[in-house]
Parts: sequence; C-alpha cells; structure tokens
Amino acid sequence: MANTENHIITVRTYLIVYAALIVLLFATVGGAMLPLGAMHLPVAMTIAVIKAVMIVLIFMHVYYSSALTKITSIAALLWASLLLAITLADYFSRGWLDIPGK
Amino acid sequence: MSSLSTTLEETALGRDVAPRRTETLLSPHFDNVEQQSNASILGMWFFLSTEIMFFSGLIAAYTIYRALSPEAFRLGSQHMHVWLGFFNTLVLLTSSLTMALGVRESQLGRRDGVVWYLVATAVMGAAFLGVKAVEYSMEIEHHLFPGVNFQVPAEDAEALAEISATPEELQTNLGRFQMMFVLYFFITGVHAFHMIIGIVAVLIMAALMKRNWFSGNGTTQIEVLGLYWHFVDVVWVFLYPLLYLIDLSGGH
Repeated sequence: MANTENHIITVRTYLIVYAALIVLLFATVGGAMLPLGAMHLPVAMTIAVIKAVMIVLIFMHVYYSSALTKITSIAALLWASLLLAITLADYFSRGWLDIPGK
Repeated sequence: MSSLSTTLEETALGRDVAPRRTETLLSPHFDNVEQQSNASILGMWFFLSTEIMFFSGLIAAYTIYRALSPEAFRLGSQHMHVWLGFFNTLVLLTSSLTMALGVRESQLGRRDGVVWYLVATAVMGAAFLGVKAVEYSMEIEHHLFPGVNFQVPAEDAEALAEISATPEELQTNLGRFQMMFVLYFFITGVHAFHMIIGIVAVLIMAALMKRNWFSGNGTTQIEVLGLYWHFVDVVWVFLYPLLYLIDLSGGH
C-alpha cells in the first residue's frame, strides 16, 4: 500500500536530524556553562524549541502529514502558549512578580 | 489447493508463521486505507494535544514559581546531576532515532526490522528509567525529597539568607527552594510514568509484530506508537534545560 501519507524518509535524513539533535544537546549544556546571565533561559528555550520542531517535523512526520494533522499539532502549541501567556500576563500586570527595572 | 491459499503461501514467503497480510484491512466505516490511516494519526495527535496541555500546566506552575524566586530555583538546580541528565537526554534522543527507523521498517514491510528497532527502543527507555532511579535515590539520600525529611543544604540556606531582606522573605525563599524539588520530582515523575507506559506499549507492539498480528505490516499502528514515544522525548527536551541547566556558569 503505497499511500501518499506513507512518505518514506531516507535513513540519511533521520541520521542528519539525529546528529543535529546531539549537536544541539551539547550546545544547550555548553550554553548553560557560559556566563550569559539573564540570557540563559532564552538561549536554552530557543535550542529546545529548535530540537522539538525537528523531532515533530521529521521524526513525527508532521512535515509529510495531512493538513488536518498539521493544524492539530499547531493548535496544541497555540493552547499551550495561551495558557502560559495569559497566566504570566496576569502575574506581571498585577505586580505579583518582581520585574527588574520596574 | 484453492487459489486463495496459494496466494497466502506466496505472501508468507516461506515463514513458518501465519501468512502475512500485506494488504491493509479496511474497516467498513472508512472510504479507503489512506483515510483510515489519517484518522488514526489524527486521533493520536488529539491525545497528544491533551498531553501537551497537561505538561503545560506543570510548566506554567514552574514558570510562576521560578519568576517569583529565581535565586532559589537557580540554587536548587545546582543539585541536579547534570551529566546523568545529559546521558539520559542522549539515550532518549537515540531511542527516538531507533523508533523512527522502526517506523520506516514497517513502511517498507520489513517486520523483523520493526521488532528489533522496537526492542532497542524499549531497552533504551529502560536505561533512561534506571539512570533516573539512581538520580532519585541520590537526591532522597541528600534529603532533597520534599516532605518532613527535606533539608535545605547549609550553603544554600546561607546564600538565600544573603539575598533576603527580612526573616519572612528568607522563609519564603527556603520554601521556594523546596518548591523547586516538588516541581522537579513531580514533573520528572510524571514523565517517567509516561516512559513506563511507552516501554510497555513498545514491547506489546513488538510482540504483536513478531506474531504477525497486524495487517498491512502494521504501518499505521507503529507510526501512532512512534508519535507517542517522540512526544515523551520532546517533553524531556524541555525538562532537561529547565530543571538541570538553569545556570552552570558558576559566577553569579
């Protein structure tokens, strides 16, 4: 059954993605050891997001999936960001958090 | 010999197991095999969406408490075993590779390959849990498990006293230091629970694959199993820097 959804990714592609994930793993540990100060969290999260996107697109085949699956995976991300953004907005705007320079 | 049995013998390729059903069985409520496969994958993504929400709630709690007491979280993070976590991340990423290759084998109709890649994935999952158990036992031994036996290490208590203006603030910071470990044990514990379910599911699917349970080489079933496994990997990709790597630069 050679269906269109069964796009077979080459072993080479999987290995390249794997190698990139390992490089980024070293990068995230290395970044934590550098004196980045307040930039530690943004750097670590940027690396984590890049790793997650690679896993989702290639390992989880979302890049080759149906439009409905693509939308569902993005919707999950949207709900998660709504949760974080609105919760944090509440805390920040009520002054429940110490914000440097405020 | 009827023509049907001849066909079955041909597709069995001389194996002494049940003949392989290379044609995917189509449930009557689907139009075609592609729609059937897409429905399964979509269903798994719906489930994973709820999982993302579940872990997001925990990450939100972490974010708020860390924003409230960044120093307590930074000090707490120093007690994590960075290199054990590093090893575990490596193991989990590798297990995702073997899972992806297992899915590929099923797409190509190579059942034996699927079984071996699934077993390799389960072995690495078990290795992850073993290392996690070692980490937990060391942390419990050092009184870092929240509860009556929890003790803030002396140097951390001193560091928190230095940044606290009042005794009340110090008490809050000491509590937040423990809160870091509450979140650490809860989030990694729930993640480990997902790993246990994943390992059991992978082994069941490997056994079923071995016994020729699936039609159509089980491509959709293995793909859906892979989605779950990769999701658990993605969660760890975020947990590792958030819990272990807040700041290792030493100078502060």
